[in-house]
Amino acid sequence: MVVAVEYIAKEKSADVASGAESARHGVTGILAVQGAFAEHAAMLDGLGAPWKLLRAAEDFDDSIDRVILPGGESTTQGKLLRATGLFEPIAAHIAAGKPVFGTCAGMILLARRLENDPNVYFGALDAVVRRNAYGRQLGSFAATADFGSAAGDSAVVVAPGEHVPGFAAPSSKAVSGAAADSVRNPDGHTAVGVPSADVVLKDFPLVFIRGPFVAEVGSAVTVATSVDGNVVGLRQGNILATAFHPELTDDTRIHELFLSL
Amino acid sequence: MANNRNELNKNLAQMLKGGVIMDVTTPEQAKIAQDAGACAVMALERIPADIRAAGGVSRMSDPAMIKGIQEAVSIPVMAKVRIGHIAEARILQAIDIDYIDESEVLSPADDVYHIDKSRFDVPFVCGAKNLGEALRRIAEGASMIRTKGEPGTGDVIQAVRHMRTMNKQIRELVSLRDDEVYEAAKQLAVPYDLAEYVHDNGRLPVVNFAAGGVATPADAALMMELGAEGVFVGSGIFKSGDPAKRAAAIVQATANWQDADLLARLSENLGEAMVGINEDEIETIMAARGE
Repeated sequence: MVVAVEYIAKEKSADVASGAESARHGVTGILAVQGAFAEHAAMLDGLGAPWKLLRAAEDFDDSIDRVILPGGESTTQGKLLRATGLFEPIAAHIAAGKPVFGTCAGMILLARRLENDPNVYFGALDAVVRRNAYGRQLGSFAATADFGSAAGDSAVVVAPGEHVPGFAAPSSKAVSGAAADSVRNPDGHTAVGVPSADVVLKDFPLVFIRGPFVAEVGSAVTVATSVDGNVVGLRQGNILATAFHPELTDDTRIHELFLSL
Repeated sequence: MANNRNELNKNLAQMLKGGVIMDVTTPEQAKIAQDAGACAVMALERIPADIRAAGGVSRMSDPAMIKGIQEAVSIPVMAKVRIGHIAEARILQAIDIDYIDESEVLSPADDVYHIDKSRFDVPFVCGAKNLGEALRRIAEGASMIRTKGEPGTGDVIQAVRHMRTMNKQIRELVSLRDDEVYEAAKQLAVPYDLAEYVHDNGRLPVVNFAAGGVATPADAALMMELGAEGVFVGSGIFKSGDPAKRAAAIVQATANWQDADLLARLSENLGEAMVGINEDEIETIMAARGE
């Protein structure tokens, strides 16, 4: 899925752009210094969730309730996080325990330590991550596995094509304005049905592009996804981190889960 | 989920978006590029400006030199093969290159046929001057497109011309009635399904970068304004006075190309830009290689 070229210059979703009441809070800020940020924006548009690209420090305003750190090159993004001044507000957001979702490079930016790189960025995720763990591009691959680790009676299994409980099904095409409002409660937050920790997303499509994996799992994290014995998906409080790229597929379930945090 | 190489290869190009891919000739230059924030490097023995000055036949780089660069950096490493040179491409695939550039900068090996890129597992990026060329390369299996521009000149005019041409032709194709797309495909000399994709989606089915003649932060910002999804910088960085500073400035300019205040600051005191040659002063038009 290569997204519309208009997304390169599109800064925010329609409701945020029009200053709709619904978009005063609950806006997802998408780090947009380099990489596949437009794919996440398109995903959120499909779910009717307000979003705003974070290109400079002043883009991080009070409306931002959650943050997505997209795929791309972590070294490039790390440099630009500092150069733009976006590092500090995002670090404060994570420290406050607010929701953050990192995919691939985003997982690297979140990690406590990198096994094969001296850089540490946010350092918030209790895990040691190995960059380019599957080698170069010829090692990139696709697979399928469950996301989520709830066991026994508490598990709420969400099959492919179904929606995360409490997350209203989007209309067939991109929703905005009034249609999007119905998805959220008056605070602008997405309605929450069940404790999201119990949700298991069955048979999730995993796309790894020069991806990392988790070399060491800390005690604060829960393993959400493993492939061939390697940990590739983690949860830690309001942090979701995946070594794979849900935004490159048409499966919206992890984004729904993130929006219901 | 099937391991569709072409899809995974298009996905890698998506990860490079909004970034700058820099030509480098040594591991030291590669490290400078990575430290400046390059999202990938292009390993080659001579940068285009020197290829142009040296004349003669220009070929794929020594694999040992490419491997040295692969070891020096953690970001993706690309390298160039001559147009139509199937064997050079197989060699680069054998050394686990991240992306092959089937490039008009090198001397073409075949003046009729491009490489059948669909037979490779490794991804290819190809140059294009217009929509027809871009879609023909995609039909052959390219998973990323860049404008040809005129490499090694430091003159951005051709990259601008190619990007404007491509995007204008895309807009024209979008505006057609469905039943007019068949004739458009014939005129463009491209497969109907690719013409239909552009008609329906208003964009190429792969990521499209700008390349050829980008020398300053303002050049990079101009190409982003015209619809590029990222920028290749060849001779512009290591032919300039202060490569590390210029490289970092071009990276920031590409990420925040709409911010004129920032561009003004980034453009200050960058030292000598590459001297450059105007397009009407050059003898070899590389962009004319391989239609």
